[in-house]
Amino acid sequence: MNRLIVSLSPHVHSGDSVQKNMYGVCIALVPAMIASLYFFGLGAAVVMLTSVVSCVLFEWAVTRFILRREKVTVWDGSAILTGILLGFNLPSTLPVWIIVIGAMVAICIGKMTFGGLGQNPFNPALVGRVFLLISFPAQMTIWPVSGSVAYVDAETAATPLSIMQNAITEGDSGILSQLPDSLDMLVGRTGGSLGEVSAILLLLGCAFMLVRKIITWHIPVSILGTVAVLSAVLHVADPVYASPVAVLCSGGLMLGACFMATDYVTSPMVPKGQLIYGVSIGILTVVIRNWGSYPEGMSFAILIMNAFTPLINTYCKPKRFGEKPGKEAAK
Amino acid sequence: MKTFSMGGVHPEENKLSAGCPIRQAALPKQAVFSMFQHIGAPAVPVVKKGDVVKVGTLLGEANGFVSAPIYSSVSGKVSKVDVALDASDTRRMAVYVDVEGDEWEDSIDRSTDLVKLSDRPELDSKAIIDKVKAAGIVGMGGATFPCHVKLCPPPGQKAECVIINAVECEPYLTADHSLMLEHAAEILVGVKLIMKAVNVQKGYIGIENNKPDAIRLMKETAAEYPDIEIVPLKVQYPQGGEKQLIDAVIGRQVPAPPAIPINVGAVVQNVGTAFAIYEAVMKNKPLISRVITVTGKSLKNPSNLMARLGTPFSQLIDECGGLPADTGKIIGGGPMMGKALISTDIPMTKGSSGLLIMNDKEARRAKVEPCIRCAKCVGACPMGLEPYLLSTLSSQHVWDRAEAEGITSCIECGSCAFTCPSHRPLLDNIRLGKTTVMGIIRSRAAAAKS
Amino acid sequence: MNVILIAVCVLGGIGLISAAVLFIASKKFAVWEDPRIKEVNEVLPQANCGGCGYPGCAGFAGACVKAAEDGSLSDLNCAPGGQAVMEKVAAILGLQASAAAPKVAVVRCQGTCDVRPHGVEFDGAHSCRIQNMTGMGETLCQYGCLGEGDCAAVCLFGAITVNPATRIAEVDESKCTGCGACAKTCPRGIIELRPQGPKGRKVVVLCNNKDKGALATKECKVSCIGCGKCVKTCDKFEAITLGTNLAHIDPDKCKLCRKCEEACPRGAIKAFNFPPRKPKVEEPVKEEGKA
Repeated sequence: MNRLIVSLSPHVHSGDSVQKNMYGVCIALVPAMIASLYFFGLGAAVVMLTSVVSCVLFEWAVTRFILRREKVTVWDGSAILTGILLGFNLPSTLPVWIIVIGAMVAICIGKMTFGGLGQNPFNPALVGRVFLLISFPAQMTIWPVSGSVAYVDAETAATPLSIMQNAITEGDSGILSQLPDSLDMLVGRTGGSLGEVSAILLLLGCAFMLVRKIITWHIPVSILGTVAVLSAVLHVADPVYASPVAVLCSGGLMLGACFMATDYVTSPMVPKGQLIYGVSIGILTVVIRNWGSYPEGMSFAILIMNAFTPLINTYCKPKRFGEKPGKEAAK
Repeated sequence: MKTFSMGGVHPEENKLSAGCPIRQAALPKQAVFSMFQHIGAPAVPVVKKGDVVKVGTLLGEANGFVSAPIYSSVSGKVSKVDVALDASDTRRMAVYVDVEGDEWEDSIDRSTDLVKLSDRPELDSKAIIDKVKAAGIVGMGGATFPCHVKLCPPPGQKAECVIINAVECEPYLTADHSLMLEHAAEILVGVKLIMKAVNVQKGYIGIENNKPDAIRLMKETAAEYPDIEIVPLKVQYPQGGEKQLIDAVIGRQVPAPPAIPINVGAVVQNVGTAFAIYEAVMKNKPLISRVITVTGKSLKNPSNLMARLGTPFSQLIDECGGLPADTGKIIGGGPMMGKALISTDIPMTKGSSGLLIMNDKEARRAKVEPCIRCAKCVGACPMGLEPYLLSTLSSQHVWDRAEAEGITSCIECGSCAFTCPSHRPLLDNIRLGKTTVMGIIRSRAAAAKS
Repeated sequence: MNVILIAVCVLGGIGLISAAVLFIASKKFAVWEDPRIKEVNEVLPQANCGGCGYPGCAGFAGACVKAAEDGSLSDLNCAPGGQAVMEKVAAILGLQASAAAPKVAVVRCQGTCDVRPHGVEFDGAHSCRIQNMTGMGETLCQYGCLGEGDCAAVCLFGAITVNPATRIAEVDESKCTGCGACAKTCPRGIIELRPQGPKGRKVVVLCNNKDKGALATKECKVSCIGCGKCVKTCDKFEAITLGTNLAHIDPDKCKLCRKCEEACPRGAIKAFNFPPRKPKVEEPVKEEGKA
């Protein structure tokens, strides 16, 4: 007989693992990924592949040569996920070298400087994207039209978001008629970065994650709900603001609400905190979109709230058992 | 379907021995009676080497109020009074008895006829509690808290209902299940006795609905007792936790320690305890045997055995097909809260509800990975705590923060470590923190007194 | 030119306002502290080991000043700094330093893997205190070193480490300051603080096993079985007492004759830092013992 093992209870485990969760999110992103290949063709493939491969390589290089850890943790799936999410946030015509820089910033600065998985205060993919957006504003805001499948010289056009912002700055609600119809925006026949375009497939992925209990409903629902309510109020008050349906389906809102804001590491731990976080992201997004200088506010909103996550964790405590005795309790 | 209000997990049930009838285990050659079979002060041995004992002879007497006497479950000669490795994996004082024959004390009624409460109208609360105390009955679910203590509410507290824990939420274990199937009538008399002892008019029996046969049988048998209600519960671990069960059955939450169930008017007893109380009061039989589930995926015949206390575990394993070659871990109790044993030469005690043999592959914990802050432990905690935080605070020795975050409320159910995708030893650390913080609180109280 | 002027004014204004706020805040929220606390703190070793029983050196400095007001430093000792530091502290506070013998940590267990087999394997968080909660730990001895290194983790001086080959904690006496952090953290109380002794010489029972002889023999080959031979050998000085099946040598009474080391049938008594033994006939101590 082998040597007996002793340990403290529990002696069984649910079988859940970091890999299962990370790859679960990757699987949830697959439908949107296929849609992006369909809409943007070769460009999407090049951007996605470059992003994933360089994220993985950077993580491997940092753990191996800078941190000198014996166990290289590339295959836990978190670098692949960061790669996919970064790719989803880029236009399909972006030059390879810019993507590599984005991946480097995401992994090396956004994640590994803080100690790797579980330690980063900000969502690495968003750090990468925002870095690129600020450093290469020209390249990052050329959005190829959906269906233009070439990697170079793709046909470009204004995205729904820039049309919306235009309408507000011009004060002319007529401009909003340039928006593609809602169905097109829902399935993704519109301009934008790779993974942002198909709202319906992103929702499908989100549903998958909810069913597999990878995430809970609190964050996506609170973000989408807040944005819907706020934009409905604005739309009713002044028709230069787009309708809530158009707002919900445009830009990175779905991707952000379902996949970026729900990032385990950078979101609050307690349901109440998650709701505060989600509502705040919603408000910030609407504010930046309508009155900020950038047409898209999702990334900034999430990053800002990432910074508040530790504070939320400190002050939002779960309701403890027995704090509020049941109705019938006499004493 | 009712269940408790926060957290919880649902481990694979693996009730391998469900439906197996209770088998009588053979008498051991030598029985070892640890004097530490309950929480509280250990019993004091009253026999010496060479003494002849019968089944039911007192071996160790209770030492104080929170303590329980220990009786011999076999007849024979005391071979020594010495330390023995017991189910807590430490060596403690025990009485060794070499078994000869099977002679019982005359006072014990060995017939199987059902004695109802109406047959013994002279029994009052005090008589029942005295009998329970004298019989050495402790909480049979595994906590082994002396039973009579719970039946005597502290001054100023009044019990309003009795809740019987027949949940058996631990995976693998089926001891309570099989006991209900075979002794439903006796259990119900036991419940009536408990109700009488604490003077309440209402009794509930909480059973998880993965035991539909037991629910049905108990309902049928309880038809004659309108004041006992069978409450089917949704399967959810740790429903068998006292506080969770009260929440599930009557919707009241016991506040944080030092509050106890009686503060919300509930007295909780295990279904095995109810049976033991019946036998003690009606049959004059002290606690000398219990049902134990011997199980495991590699074990040949997972079974429910009615075994005498003091029987070595090795013999029980042999009765179920012998120790498998790939054994990696032997657990006394269930897999969520049981204790890994370091040897099979450990005698069975009053709290031994199960013996689980895990193979080497199941037994090993997976590699620990960094916390990804997924908050699954927060969602799983049935006490509304933040296990990830408590674990970190404990490993960093930040005891005052840990206390403020409610570490002493932890019931050590293991839901957090069970669910953690990074396989972090959350409960290991929290236990350390809880023990340390409790020590700090105690020394502070002692300092305040002096 | 105008632009530069505006910039200078604005920035200068912000600077002035901030300075004013800071000035007011520093006056308003100032906390008076006895200046001697700072002085005392400066001569302390700044190891923040907590060996004195106070949270860090600053806490100890505060305690010293408070004790000085009561007139005595006798209850306070900075183990890492030793006598020299305590004299400096006393000088600052205008008092006499009390003499405390420098101490060193001794791990009272020799149960290496070869003499005390690890019958089971512990699988869990690497901490002695957690392993100790399983009851016995990996070996059959419930008193011996668990070897997970909680003592090494709390030692700020790198003086105690777990030898991976023997899985026993070992003390480097040249680094040990006797702060006692390891002794406090050890769940089994194996580590004892003992006076360093002349030239570091001391004789110690390196065992913590309180089980009866027969059991102790089974558990470990070098366990103290409480046979009392050492006690008899030391009848002249009465330095050795027998507790619960376990001998203990009182360092104040021990004359370092090393006879008990020879007398112990289990090899549980060890003499530290003695020169190698000369051939037995020339042993002068032995002669005295006979006489």
